[in-house]
Amino acid sequence: MITKEEEVVDKEMEEENHEEKKREITIPGEKIVSGRDYLPGEGTRREGEDIIANKFGLADISGRLVKVIPLSGIYMPRGGNVVVGIVTDTTFNGWLVDIKSPYSAFLPSSDFSRYMKGDLTEYYDIGDMIACKVFSVKHRGVDLTIKSRGLGKLEKGIIIYINSNKVPRVIGREGSMIKLIKDETNCEIVVGQNGVVWISGNKVEDELKAKEAIMFVVNKSFIEGLTEKVKEWFDKNKGGEK
Amino acid sequence: MSYTKRVDGRKFDETREMEAKIGIIKNADGSAMFRFGDTIAIAAVYGPKPMHPQHLQNPRKGVLRCNYDMLSFSVPERKRPGPNRRGQEIGKVSEWALSSIVDLDAYPNTVVDVHIMVLQANASTRCAGINAAVLALASAGVSMKELVSSVSIGKIDDKIVVDLIKDEEDYEDGEGATDIPMAFTKSGKICLLQLDGKIRPEELKEAIKIGKKACKEIYELQKKVLKSVGDK
Repeated sequence: MITKEEEVVDKEMEEENHEEKKREITIPGEKIVSGRDYLPGEGTRREGEDIIANKFGLADISGRLVKVIPLSGIYMPRGGNVVVGIVTDTTFNGWLVDIKSPYSAFLPSSDFSRYMKGDLTEYYDIGDMIACKVFSVKHRGVDLTIKSRGLGKLEKGIIIYINSNKVPRVIGREGSMIKLIKDETNCEIVVGQNGVVWISGNKVEDELKAKEAIMFVVNKSFIEGLTEKVKEWFDKNKGGEK
Repeated sequence: MSYTKRVDGRKFDETREMEAKIGIIKNADGSAMFRFGDTIAIAAVYGPKPMHPQHLQNPRKGVLRCNYDMLSFSVPERKRPGPNRRGQEIGKVSEWALSSIVDLDAYPNTVVDVHIMVLQANASTRCAGINAAVLALASAGVSMKELVSSVSIGKIDDKIVVDLIKDEEDYEDGEGATDIPMAFTKSGKICLLQLDGKIRPEELKEAIKIGKKACKEIYELQKKVLKSVGDK
């Protein structure tokens, strides 16, 4: 069992949580801003002077960069993302992992720093949940790695599936939200960028509490100052337990 | 006797009452409903997901598949359930109409499945279907260039009318009825134009102009529906 003291959070995704002016909902084909000064980021394109949205979501202008944060949609793997996946098959040199994305992911056995002998299934078997990092997204398929702290096989605990676009909200700014949930429920939690969340605590009640809290965050993701709201939620729900 | 008054009392350039909703099918990645009066279509989008069978995969760009069907209770006379020639054709033209806006280059080796179901039919089902499908695609977070709006324009005798109903489609006096389903992107490009009946070139040009105007209205509704997501 690997300890998950350190939260495995994407630096990049955290950035999305910094406070900016109120974000507007944009629809595909709509002009977000105009001017050569702005740079089209993810989910946008440039047409002449204008920056046009390519996706349905919240328009985010931070400095010169304009992007659209989608509200829905499947998970598209990106290098560096921490994901939680399920082993679906073993090959002679690695494992195939289902990471809830349209592309199949591969974890090479060479990634194990240990000297490996015997069957690969002795390490990870079909059906095992593992936390891993997206190493690269190539033309065909995704390569994973587990060479990082807090990654590896996930034993016991529960798995919940959330909308992958809400993951930054669940993690919160610099991991504030997930830290709060972890502290309040005494659970270990790994939030995969693909929307798969692993929760493990000493008691099933704690795990269910953490699950409820995460679902609360997901459903209330539009609200500003959500961390405070979750604190209140925990305080309110504490009474009923005793 | 020429066609001076519409059967249901609408103005010649007036669409039926329209209604749209998104997120009606929980298990789909994106879904929407669109209603033109009595015509109700729902659309569900699944994907992008791995394309199977694999030989249909395209490593350069994604594939869009569109499936259209009318439910057996959607028409006065029970429709035999299951795919038929008409449904296949409409599925195909809807697919073409939508593929011009969906940014498939972003999803190589995958497929986006769009399922359009007509719950209740009173003409213009393919237009309602396309309108619903566009909303469903947007709500599924699929990358797309812009939105598409669709409407059917008709020529009843010598009058050009917007958004036909079944009674008008069956009109037989004078020059009879012509049904022209069309779809436009927001920027005014045509992505669907079918014609069933007879029409003079000038009249067709006029019909397209009127259709563009009607589609603006539909676009505004689509926009409103998508924008109101956060107001719950």
